[in-house]
Amino acid sequence: MIRKARQHITQNEPLLFEQSSPGKRGYQLPPLDVPEIDPAAALGAGNTRAGIEDFPEVSEVEAIRHFTRLSTWNYAIDLGLYPLGSCTMKYNPRVNELVARIDGLAWIHPYQPESLSQGAMEIIAELERCLVEITGMHAVTLQPAAGAHGELTGILLIRALLESRGNPRKKILIPDSAHGTNPATAAIAGYKVENIKSNDRGMTDLETLAQALDEDVAALMITNPNTVGVFEENITRITRMLHDKGALVYMDGANMNALVGISRPGDFGVDVMHLNLHKTFSTPHGGGGPGSGAVAVKKHLEPFLPTPRLQRSGDRWSWNYDIPHSIGRVRSFYGNFGVLVRALAYIMAHGGDGLRRATMDALLNANYIRKLVEPYYEIAYRAPSMHECVFSDDRQAARGVRTGDIAKRLIDYGFHPYTVSFPLIVHGALMIEPTETESKSELDLFADALISIAKEIEEKPEFVLKAPHLTRTSRVDEVTAARRPILRWRPQSSVSRAAD
Amino acid sequence: MYPDNFHYTKEHEWVRLDGTTGVVGITFHAQKELGDIVYVDLPKIGTTVEKGKTLGSVESVKAVSDVYAPISGEVLEINEALAEAPEKLNQDPHGDAWLVKIKMSSPDEVQQLLTAAEYQTYVGAE
Amino acid sequence: MLETLGLSRVEDLFAHLPPEVISKRPLDIAPGKSEYEIVDYFKARGGENANGYTSFLGAGAYCHYRPVLVDTVVSRGEFLTSYTPYQAEIAQGTLTSIFEFQTMICQLTGMDVANASMYDGSSAVPEAAMMAARLTRRHRALISRTVHPEYREVLLTYARHQGMQVEEFGYQREAGALDPVELERKLDDQTAAVIVQSPNFFGIVENIRQAAKIAHTHGALLIVVFTEAVALGLLEPPRDADIVAGELQSFAIPPSYGGPYAGIIATREKYIRQLPGRLVGETRDTHGNRAFCLTLSTREQHIRREKATSNICTNQALIALMATVFMTVYGKEGLRELAIQNLSKANYLAGKLPQRFSGPFFNEFVVSTNGRSPDDINHALLEKKIIGGLPLARFYPELDNAMLLCCTEMVRREQMDQVVEAFA
Repeated sequence: MIRKARQHITQNEPLLFEQSSPGKRGYQLPPLDVPEIDPAAALGAGNTRAGIEDFPEVSEVEAIRHFTRLSTWNYAIDLGLYPLGSCTMKYNPRVNELVARIDGLAWIHPYQPESLSQGAMEIIAELERCLVEITGMHAVTLQPAAGAHGELTGILLIRALLESRGNPRKKILIPDSAHGTNPATAAIAGYKVENIKSNDRGMTDLETLAQALDEDVAALMITNPNTVGVFEENITRITRMLHDKGALVYMDGANMNALVGISRPGDFGVDVMHLNLHKTFSTPHGGGGPGSGAVAVKKHLEPFLPTPRLQRSGDRWSWNYDIPHSIGRVRSFYGNFGVLVRALAYIMAHGGDGLRRATMDALLNANYIRKLVEPYYEIAYRAPSMHECVFSDDRQAARGVRTGDIAKRLIDYGFHPYTVSFPLIVHGALMIEPTETESKSELDLFADALISIAKEIEEKPEFVLKAPHLTRTSRVDEVTAARRPILRWRPQSSVSRAAD
Repeated sequence: MYPDNFHYTKEHEWVRLDGTTGVVGITFHAQKELGDIVYVDLPKIGTTVEKGKTLGSVESVKAVSDVYAPISGEVLEINEALAEAPEKLNQDPHGDAWLVKIKMSSPDEVQQLLTAAEYQTYVGAE
Repeated sequence: MLETLGLSRVEDLFAHLPPEVISKRPLDIAPGKSEYEIVDYFKARGGENANGYTSFLGAGAYCHYRPVLVDTVVSRGEFLTSYTPYQAEIAQGTLTSIFEFQTMICQLTGMDVANASMYDGSSAVPEAAMMAARLTRRHRALISRTVHPEYREVLLTYARHQGMQVEEFGYQREAGALDPVELERKLDDQTAAVIVQSPNFFGIVENIRQAAKIAHTHGALLIVVFTEAVALGLLEPPRDADIVAGELQSFAIPPSYGGPYAGIIATREKYIRQLPGRLVGETRDTHGNRAFCLTLSTREQHIRREKATSNICTNQALIALMATVFMTVYGKEGLRELAIQNLSKANYLAGKLPQRFSGPFFNEFVVSTNGRSPDDINHALLEKKIIGGLPLARFYPELDNAMLLCCTEMVRREQMDQVVEAFA
């Protein structure tokens, strides 16, 4: 019995190029108040183009209808729960959107005089301070554009520190439960990756770690709580082991939503970590970005932080470009300032106490789901869950139904699927993170849906295998998309027709 | 299922001897595990390959699998048909969808590989 | 809910954590504020920055009109609060718009395939360089000094750890364009890529055809970078490039003190498997309807892990959507007209000031301040609520009596006349 969703007529809509007509326009520029220049004369005929072939030409109404219709084909947090594990799909506060658009914040140029940028610099400084406080670290850089970018920055910082001590070392240890960006980052930073197997509690095995730990190890990249939503019970011992060998500990902060206000990574031995502002700190995912990957470090790593850094002289902020040991820049300008504004607004709205309560609600919601669903799905590890819980599809696999299929049937119930088949250490994983945003009623609907699907799998598994049945678009052929990729529209393409 | 005149590896590659040339492919078991194959990455002609080292890879939508050279030598020919139609690898992994032909540098290496019966036991009933 | 869990307090949910990790004191962050207080705080901060100034700054971030439709579209919850489109059945809105974006970037740049966006222009450069290294199996890159200085810094940071050697080559003193003679001299058979920018940092339009010929003769790939996307509305795209990497901030993305922006990377069909980042492809669903999905995912980190083409996970979907709406509103004719306006305004001002370089320029140009300090001129302009150009000394010590000015469609004749006065 599907209670959360019902079918509804949605509009068809062709691609922009398929409804374009020469001369249609959606813009009007003010008239030129200076003489118009002939491009060929000014630039050289060889440098000017005839026109942008096949570029769209539509009216304003067509444009607004086009994008509005497209938007109705998307699921979103504004529509309901998004239980994606480790993505922390919490509510994106609208006040954040308003403040980010304030003229004095949205229209400032990164190179304008510092005397006319003090407000922006104050925002950056205040966010840095809050994140230091939340993580228990010593300093923060807000330059990286996203989590993976922050990871790279963090590993480069480690390399720089070790180099300054005489030996950058050769490898980085990464648990086999880690997010794919971790080993990819290590490789880009020029390190070899060694995988550490998790134990039967889903945590880092101390024996395995001890054996792998030698003088060639630069760092351990760890996620805590880890990707099965479990707190690493030996974390202080682990960080001590690494430090004893002269190595460092990098923490992937993707799961910070389980820790804010309760525990600080700086207090359990982490040397450097990144935060995903678009996860824990509510900045919108926007269909896949932008994000911001703040990186927090302990004092010994501070000298290597990216250039420039904010400094205070008297009552003024300025940018300091004279940082002799800095790793350099990881991107132009200062960071995703617009995202930083939103993150600070979120922190201000909650306050210290509110942030802690949000964390506790996140833990409560995840454990509530786990309790309701556990009788029907195999919990991956018995250890207590924090902000997310992970099941495996073992029971359902016996009926020929896998996590991917269950996910598709969940769509018919009006939900976005959980994270499918990750982490890799769980066979057929279902990774569920509700976040603190969800009320009991939404969670009850979600649990009911999963339970109902479990029953469907018992009675009519073939039905679940062909899900979703109620969506505008049914399962897509990913195989042909990969075998014969079509990555752009072309005018004479026989495959591209106006929408059905 | 598994031709008697082939030699097999535990990583699910096969070799068929053709004089001094070894024809190499992946087994039925391998393609079944991978699912629908979308892309095959093969070495350039003239490349030297070493037994046990990667010579290329095979991709499905959600996974990549390295292909290891069962024998050492020089790549003489690659199966161009797989570029256009990687699905052949699902359809005829032991025949039409061979991957590369190698001029073997140490033909004795095949002695270390599995026989059809041994491989069949290794992968169990299909 | 606690009852269901058999617990009496929420704190029990983390009672299992080792005691030494539990915080002993509350966070030192002020109590939660109301919506009104938050708005007041940020308005106050906004008031401490330049407000109501006319800006002649370019140098990688540009002030262009933002059509109202842009925010209308990106503010829709279905775009703003949705996730990466991994579940194609309920993300066709995002996927379709990205497919359109990829198409328009190809049309603009003259390339065959473009990805769903990179973090920004500056990080697209090392990604392009690493791509060239993988394709050529060489480990050296030559980059023109006329590429944005901060972009060059970013490349160095990445290259250092990839075993990639990066060397710069200079520009012609008169023309302000790259020096083909020095380029030729520095090229060798270990060079994977030659990296140039057009219009370059000085605003000068480069001879891409010539640069491509020189690079290709030595087996190196040509990477062309752009920071001012509006130029592509008028300039012949870099069709001879192997990879194009650039910044789309000009397309309705607020300058926003440096970010978030959206970079692009585009290339030829044959290099598609080495392209980093997300790609959206066209396909069909089970009913035969056209649909879109993420594809060629095996290049990416979540599958290849340490062998991925890049570690990038996020793209800049919402920002790319702003650019898509911008490109739609202006369209084919509009982008051209917009570019002509920019060209005309820049020519008007440049014609009245002592230009430092002789090469053809788009909407940015370098002006000599002839013995006066650029900072003094800018100081005088600030009193008229005008932010002047960028003094170049900080990036080019040899150009310490010069500044880089940018004229977009937003500056008015009166303001340009005031700039002329300040130089007199």
